[in-house]
Amino acid sequence: MPLLEATDIGKVFGKLTALDGAALTVGDNEFHGLIGPNGSGKSTLMKCVAGAEMPTRGKVSFVNRDITALSPTERARAGMSLKFQITSVLPTLTLYDNILLALQAQSSLFDLVFSRTRGVLHDHVMMMLSQFRLADRAHDAAAALSHGQQQWLEIAMALAGKPRLLLLDEPTGGMSLEERRVTGELLQPIKQHCSLVIVEHDLDFIRDICDRLTVLDQGRVLASGTVAEIQANRNVQEIYLRRA
Amino acid sequence: MGAAKQALRATLSEGPEVSMADNGPDQASPVRQAAAGLKVLPIVEGLVLIVALILPLFLQDYLTVFATRVIILALFALSFDLVWGYAGIMSFGQALFFGSAGYGVALLARDLNITSILLVLPAGTLIGLTTSLLLGGFLLLGRHPSSVIFVALGTLTGSYAADRLARGWYYLGGQNGIPSIPPMSLGSYDLTEGPVYYYFALGILAIVYLLCRFLVRSQFGLALAGLRENEQRIAFFGYKVQHLKAIVFAVGGTIAGLAGSLYAFHEGFVWPNMLGVVISTQVVLYVLFGGSGTLIGAVIGAVIIEGVSFWLSDNYREIWPIILGVLLLLVILFRPLGLISFVLGERERVGSFGAARKEKRNAAP
Repeated sequence: MPLLEATDIGKVFGKLTALDGAALTVGDNEFHGLIGPNGSGKSTLMKCVAGAEMPTRGKVSFVNRDITALSPTERARAGMSLKFQITSVLPTLTLYDNILLALQAQSSLFDLVFSRTRGVLHDHVMMMLSQFRLADRAHDAAAALSHGQQQWLEIAMALAGKPRLLLLDEPTGGMSLEERRVTGELLQPIKQHCSLVIVEHDLDFIRDICDRLTVLDQGRVLASGTVAEIQANRNVQEIYLRRA
Repeated sequence: MGAAKQALRATLSEGPEVSMADNGPDQASPVRQAAAGLKVLPIVEGLVLIVALILPLFLQDYLTVFATRVIILALFALSFDLVWGYAGIMSFGQALFFGSAGYGVALLARDLNITSILLVLPAGTLIGLTTSLLLGGFLLLGRHPSSVIFVALGTLTGSYAADRLARGWYYLGGQNGIPSIPPMSLGSYDLTEGPVYYYFALGILAIVYLLCRFLVRSQFGLALAGLRENEQRIAFFGYKVQHLKAIVFAVGGTIAGLAGSLYAFHEGFVWPNMLGVVISTQVVLYVLFGGSGTLIGAVIGAVIIEGVSFWLSDNYREIWPIILGVLLLLVILFRPLGLISFVLGERERVGSFGAARKEKRNAAP
């Protein structure tokens, strides 16, 4: 059984059909890229998987469990994590508290009120911050970070709860070339314990870090396979990879 | 593809430390200094406490009675601040819990002759808790998070309906409310208005304040900070957002209930206004004026608004509401974070929840 299996996903917004039988299969420890032209339904498919949108038809299963009707909170508790397209770190809180907020999400109410997990989680918070090279700024407000650093903080927050699957919606949006390179570098180590789905416009970035790709076009799957297979696929090549 | 990956790895291994900080240490240091520097909040809290403790020594009796009323209203303001300032729930009907508890204890005293402090205060608190659990459960615990406007209108309607209900209900005394409630008692001692009641109310305010302070600085407080800043985001972390809200709403209702029972016994009567929109709005103003999201801001707001109204109504009998209204508008327009923001920085207002303390503990020995 794959880790994530979304089959025959349809999503209609009023008169607009965003997804029409799209599918996505992701295995354990796999980095999976979701690509396609603007309006092909990448972000919508991602949202249907994460629970931010409810699909009008189809089924999503995750770790052998049908999660189609679960709320985002329940999906998060099942081991799925989402990094939003728009950076949504909490700007007034310190970096440290941003990570702690993500980490303590599964603590009981009693533990939260009496701050019983604060000490236990300290090392974990600092580890996440150093992994994303933010440790020396732990006590600055997140608003003081550069755009790229905020994206890293956000990825660190999304990873903090040790998810089985991380969904990244345009992680390198608005980043400099250098920052993109570092983002790829920062993502590599998580493969040991986590699968990844990335929606991204930067095809070089996708090619460098992904194992498999799914290409969407007009709400349907145009092709799906290893990076080499997709690169060899004539249809896809003509449309999407020509420049790369 | 493989080549691309190898190239990536190669470049990665070559460049060990990438400069990623757009903001160098120079830009970061003021923030750090502010974080490490002097804390304003404990000083303000200490000053307010000292003034409150010595105040009755300088006040005539009728002013002590007034000051007691303000202390109770400050307690009520705390309840709204917790709900709005910390959890971002716009409760426009906080008086519902304040007034229900007031009416509840008034009925206990009138019909059952129960006036013991040990019974009426817990009873009033419980009434506040129950009504806020019921209303909060209805407004906040849906399948999907409720919108701010839905909650604002729901609470406002609840408060308005309760006011109308009390006006029309003969058993509750209709328009006149319930007059001449006997004083609270402890054994054979009657707690009547005056310095003793003042210190009693101040003691309760201090205890509740400390409990709230403990709560908002705990990890639960961090969850609340996340809730008010970006509710959707923290739902994706796995927080049960609706539950968090309902809990804070109930805590706020509980405190409002306690304040309502103190108020009823202090004034010696309850009347429908105590449940209604006017008092509900008044408490919103206290908190906005003083500074929402800081506990001391709520207290200061209640004290200043009540104090200024008192002074103005004495000196400018005709036009005082206009002066007060303009004053409030000016503060809300130019100091949206309230009076407290004159002395309190953003960083300290939000506070830190984990690291600072941990490091302090490590540094201590």
